[in-house]
Amino acid sequence: MPYWVQFIIQALFSYISTVAFGICINLPRRALLWCGFAGMAGWQVYWMLFNFGSGRMLANLLGALAVGICGNIMARYKRMPVIIFNIPGLVPLVPGGTAYGAIRNLVLGNLNEASTQGVSVIMIAGAIAVGFMLAQILADITRKRAITPKWVSRH
Amino acid sequence: MKIAQKNKILETCLIAGRIMIESGSEMYRVEDTMNRIAYNAGIQKSVVFTTPTGLFIGIENQPYVQLGAVAVRTINLEKVENVNTASRQFATKEITLDQLMLRLKQIDQDTAHFPLWLQITAAAVISAFLMIIFSGEYDWLDIIPSAVAGALGYAVFAAVNRVTTIRFIGEFLSATVIGIVAYLLTRWHLGVDIDNIIIGAVMPLVPGVAITNSIRDLLAGHLLSGMARGMEAILSAFAIGTGIALVFRFFM
Repeated sequence: MPYWVQFIIQALFSYISTVAFGICINLPRRALLWCGFAGMAGWQVYWMLFNFGSGRMLANLLGALAVGICGNIMARYKRMPVIIFNIPGLVPLVPGGTAYGAIRNLVLGNLNEASTQGVSVIMIAGAIAVGFMLAQILADITRKRAITPKWVSRH
Repeated sequence: MKIAQKNKILETCLIAGRIMIESGSEMYRVEDTMNRIAYNAGIQKSVVFTTPTGLFIGIENQPYVQLGAVAVRTINLEKVENVNTASRQFATKEITLDQLMLRLKQIDQDTAHFPLWLQITAAAVISAFLMIIFSGEYDWLDIIPSAVAGALGYAVFAAVNRVTTIRFIGEFLSATVIGIVAYLLTRWHLGVDIDNIIIGAVMPLVPGVAITNSIRDLLAGHLLSGMARGMEAILSAFAIGTGIALVFRFFM
């Protein structure tokens, strides 16, 4: 299969499955078609980096960064909370399949594979969380003026 | 300010915070919203403490504290968005405190869900399409089996959660159903690779988002909520893995 066909298939399928997940978690209707773009961007970054041989951690981190940046832009544009775009956008990236594999191996008694996959789940989740935090830092830097709200108590 | 007024402000903040935690919002947003409502209602300094299982709000240096318990934790982003909108309208004085409380109670009770058939269809779509992009080998033959197994699993999950409030039994039973369906479909040569079918079909159920959110809470310094949400995610992954492994033990 030529590369560009694969690219289109991956983009389309990640978009559709992100929107479908949005339906399962009762996303507001006016955000439904937008959140798919966050999921598509994140998955495409991950997939291309992974194909270029960057390893799963870096690919996941930069994929989550892409999801976070898209989420922040759309949240500012649509005036909605960021998680409305981030949580469905994360769905193609999250290590749900690996977590399932780890538990299955644990229950079936394959302890070596179980511990390998379990550690991999924690590492991937950590990489995604770091990617999100980087996106949040970028959003904080680019905000027009930094206001410290009056109700924040400084300890 | 009268005591009754203070109590009413605290109660409104508490309802808003409880709805947001129940719907899967991040902790800092919950605390921010509660503080914001209290500030806009005239309380200068409020003190908020939130965990995924319960939350407190009080007024600094005064003997007024209210606490509430959080029994269920799901993901329902429409509620988060509605509470956010109501809080914004209260901040711009479009609605009064009484109207805000009424709005919050309405949001809590009758926020519309997508119809169940649409959710089940969506689960089928998630299963089929994520299976293709996860397997990496464009396993077109397994699209239909994966969609069928995913839809049945999600239907069982919704049905069980409607009947009982016991946690994790829904995940366990639906994973068992997914395993049996995947096994039967491959046995009847309708599907090819049982592993791909199962990985696709459990995708609507697996707590990947919950795991990632819990790590994010931990990194942001909300240690209690990170641990509690992480534990919940691990238990629900255990329920799914056990359900599938049960089928593997008996049939393979």
